[in-house]
Amino acid sequence: MGLLTNLRDSITRVTDRLFADDEPKRIGIYGPPNAGKTTLANRIARDWTGDAVGPESHIPHETRRARRKENVEIERNGKTVTIDIVDTPGVTTKVDYKEFLDHDMEKDDAVKRSREATEGVAEAMHWLREDVDGVIYVLDSSTDPFTQVNTMLIGIIESQDLPVLIFANKVDLDDADVKRIADAFPQHETVPLSALEGDNMDEVYEKIAEYFG
Amino acid sequence: MPEATTPDDGDDGVRIDLISGGRMEGLTSMEKIRLILDSVRDGDIVVLEAGLSPEEESKLIEVTMTEISPDDFSGIEIETYPSTQQANQGLVGRLLGKEEAANKLTVIGPANQIETLHKDEDLISALVSRK
Repeated sequence: MGLLTNLRDSITRVTDRLFADDEPKRIGIYGPPNAGKTTLANRIARDWTGDAVGPESHIPHETRRARRKENVEIERNGKTVTIDIVDTPGVTTKVDYKEFLDHDMEKDDAVKRSREATEGVAEAMHWLREDVDGVIYVLDSSTDPFTQVNTMLIGIIESQDLPVLIFANKVDLDDADVKRIADAFPQHETVPLSALEGDNMDEVYEKIAEYFG
Repeated sequence: MPEATTPDDGDDGVRIDLISGGRMEGLTSMEKIRLILDSVRDGDIVVLEAGLSPEEESKLIEVTMTEISPDDFSGIEIETYPSTQQANQGLVGRLLGKEEAANKLTVIGPANQIETLHKDEDLISALVSRK
């Protein structure tokens, strides 16, 4: 296939995805476990619909099945954008039920949590290839972003030509380092925030409207 | 399946399969994933001369998740260099038809046996333990 054909096909794919119809864009919230994806999804949903998406917890894989909040209308700069938020389980290449035993969990409950988590991650990976129009990638800004899962996931998202915003969450923590995240993925815009405290949410909504509207 | 022979039962070493880019080139995505996961589930380490495409990496994670089971298989460790970020040429690179996968060396092993000690764009240092 020639260069011009490649160029035309790629541009067509991107524009088709962005301007295909007036249906709400399905925006997947992806990232590693415990980055604050559900806290962010809840923050957005509460701010614009009054309802939460799902329970939050410090225990990994609290979100084990994807949860969707439909028709979230976000108004910014005189423009209204409508999105479906899909909160997904934290993506990982391994799940060991024994790690849950450290959180005062019985073995049966830990095994059940592990099984549900693996099903949820598999489902989220499938949806990433088939069923989302854009991605919010959430990272904990107090931890090292240079992990294989993060680089793999960003590569997968880029290969799908999906618009992606990187959110550096947990800036309220003392050891947060937003620059480290921006340096890890310089090809994408990084927006700092604290979903827990509600810090910088105005910019978050501006960027969501700009990228996914 | 890899052509390397299986060690005798009395040999408790760790087997490493070094798979050439040419060997992987003739396989479908699912054949590659099965080749990797069958070896890793046997406790082997797989080193791919040419890494997987993003689509194949996505499917590898998905299939791995479906095969995790308590006290048997807890998943995989995977490391690649150069990193996706460095190898990735962005949209321009894709428009020019560059194949990222061809430039990546990938190490994959059982999560309960392999631990990455250090990784940068030139070196992957891993500690492999016996079962």
